[in-house]
Amino acid sequence: MKVLSSGKGKLFMDPDPEAARQFFRAKRGAMDDKVMSVQEAVARFVHDGDYFASGGFGANRISTAVLHEILRQGKQNLTFAGHTSTHDFQILAAGNRNGRKLLARVDCAYVIGLEARGLSPQGRRVMESGEIEVCEWTNYALACRLRAAAAGIPFVPARNMLGTDTYEYSAAKEIECPFTGRKLMALPALYPDVSVVHVHESDCYGNCRIRGIAVADLDLARASKRLIVTTERLVSNREIRHSPEATVIPSFCVDAVCEVPFGSYPGNMPGEYFSDEEHLREWLEVEKDEHRYQQFLDRHIYGVRDFQGYLESCGGLPRMLELRAIELFSRKKGG
Amino acid sequence: MAQSRQGTQESPTYSAMELMICAASRLLDDGAIVGVGTGAPCAAAMLAQKTHAPRLFIIFEAGGLAPRLPSMPISVGDSRTVAEALMATSMGDVFESCQRGIVDYAFLGGAQIDCYGNLNSTCIGAFERPRVRFPGSGGANDFASLCWRTMVLTLHDRRRFVEKLDFLTTPGYLTGPGAREAAGLPAGSGPYRVITDLAVLGFHETSKRMQILSLHPGVTAATVQEHTGFELAEAAEITMTERPSAEQLRILREEVDPHRYFLGR
Repeated sequence: MKVLSSGKGKLFMDPDPEAARQFFRAKRGAMDDKVMSVQEAVARFVHDGDYFASGGFGANRISTAVLHEILRQGKQNLTFAGHTSTHDFQILAAGNRNGRKLLARVDCAYVIGLEARGLSPQGRRVMESGEIEVCEWTNYALACRLRAAAAGIPFVPARNMLGTDTYEYSAAKEIECPFTGRKLMALPALYPDVSVVHVHESDCYGNCRIRGIAVADLDLARASKRLIVTTERLVSNREIRHSPEATVIPSFCVDAVCEVPFGSYPGNMPGEYFSDEEHLREWLEVEKDEHRYQQFLDRHIYGVRDFQGYLESCGGLPRMLELRAIELFSRKKGG
Repeated sequence: MAQSRQGTQESPTYSAMELMICAASRLLDDGAIVGVGTGAPCAAAMLAQKTHAPRLFIIFEAGGLAPRLPSMPISVGDSRTVAEALMATSMGDVFESCQRGIVDYAFLGGAQIDCYGNLNSTCIGAFERPRVRFPGSGGANDFASLCWRTMVLTLHDRRRFVEKLDFLTTPGYLTGPGAREAAGLPAGSGPYRVITDLAVLGFHETSKRMQILSLHPGVTAATVQEHTGFELAEAAEITMTERPSAEQLRILREEVDPHRYFLGR
C-alpha cells in the first residue's frame, strides 16, 4: 500500500496491535469483583504521563467524579483525547494553573467550546498558551482511531480530512487504496492507557448497560488498556445474566467499578437528569476572573472530599430532583 | 447584523436571524436526511419539519436519529436529540451513513469562510501559537467531506468572508473546480448554499466560486460585495429572498424557540 503523504502532527500513542495484544493478554480479572471508591480507582489506575480518554459527549454522560478526582490528586503530564470534549476538557483544564500542568498533549477534535453555551476562557488560555502539544483530528477520525484499536488493527481507512489543514496538522497518513487506487486517510489505532466511562448500570464485575446514544464509548472501552467505569447504579450479576443482550461493555474490559449516583452532574444523563445549565453558566463566568475562579474551584472541588461533597455544594438532592424533573417531565426550561 | 424590518399587514416584522432561519428552512425538502448542529441550523430544520417538510429526517452527530424535538437541544448529544427518536446510535454509525452516501445535507457554521466555501473553526493566527483558538473541526470536517450538500449559516461581514483562511478546517471546493475529487473526497459532493443576514449565496457552476442567488429584501448586490472580503462570481440572475411568512414566524417564535435562546440574540 502506497503512502502518499503524512500529516505533520505528532502521534502520541503507538498504534501497533502486537504491543496491545501483549498487554491485553496479561490483563486478568474478568470475573473479579472490582467495586471500589473513585479515590482508589484514580490512585491505582491513572498515572502521571498517561494517555487518558473520557467517555460520553462533552457534558452528556460524562464521569465528573473521576475528572474531579484527577484534579484533586494532582495528576500531571497527561495526554488527552478530545472528541467533543466540552465540560470534561473544562474540568481538566483547571489543572493547568499556578505552574501545574495536568494536560500536556491533546489529540484535538473539539475542545474549549461548550457547544451552544459558548467558549471556556480557561480552555482558551490553555490552548493558546503554547504550553501543550496539539495534534488535530475530527470527531469521526477519533472514533475511527478507537474503532481500529478496538478491532486490534493498526489503522482504519476513511474519506474525511482529505485536502485540509486539519489533515496537515494531524498524524494521519494519506494512502492509496490497494483495491481502487483512490486516496484515503489512514487513521492510526488509539489505545489509551486509561479511560473512564459513565454508565447507567453495571454489576460488580463491570458488565455495563448504557441508555441513549453510545457516542464512541463501546470502542473506547475496548480500546483502553485500563478502564474505570462509574455507574449510576450497581445491579446484580443475576440481573445482567437475565438480559445479556443489554450488556454493551463486557467485564473483561473493566478494571474498576465505582457506584456514583448523579455521576454525570452537571452534565446530562439520558433518562436520569438534565444538565445543570445554571451551574455550567456560572463555571464559564468565573473563569473570566482568576480570584473568583480559584474560590469557585476551592468551594466545589479542592475544598470537598469527594463527589458527594461536590453535589452538596451544588444544592444536593433537591437540586438533583429538579434536574430529574426537567429530564423526565420537561417541568422547567432546561436552559 | 441587519436591522429589523418594518412590518405591514402582508409582511410582518422579523429580525435578520429569523429571516436567515426561514430562508434556510425553505431549502430543506420533505423526505431529505439532514445533519444539524445546535442553534440556527437546528431551528431551521425544526421549522421545516413543522411546515413544508414533515418527513424531514434529522440526524445528530453524537448518535440521535430522527427525534421529534420537543425544544432546541443545547448539545448535539443531549437527551432531546433522542426524544421520541427512531434510533439512538453511535457517532461512528452516523458518519459512516454520511460516508455511504445516504445523507443529503449538513448544516455548518464557522469563524471564517472563503470564496470556495472552505471553513475555518480552528484558529486565528499561527497554529502553534494562535491569537484565538476555536474548538476545531468537531464533526464539521466529517459532515462536509461526506454528505452530498453542505449548507452554511453565518452572519455576513469582511471578518468572516475572507480572501484567505487562517486555517482550512473543513473542505469546501478547496482550491477550485476538480480539487475535491483530486484530494480523494467523494465525487459530486460539496458546498451548496450559504445563508447570511444579507443574502442566499451559491457556487458558480464552473468556477465553483461563491455567487449571490437571492438578496434579502432591501439589500443590494453592492452591499453584499462590500461586506465580502473576496470577489464574488458574476451571477446570471439574482432574485429576492422570500420574506418569512406569518405562519413561519409564529411557529418559529411559539414552538421552535419559545424562550428565545437563539432568536433573542
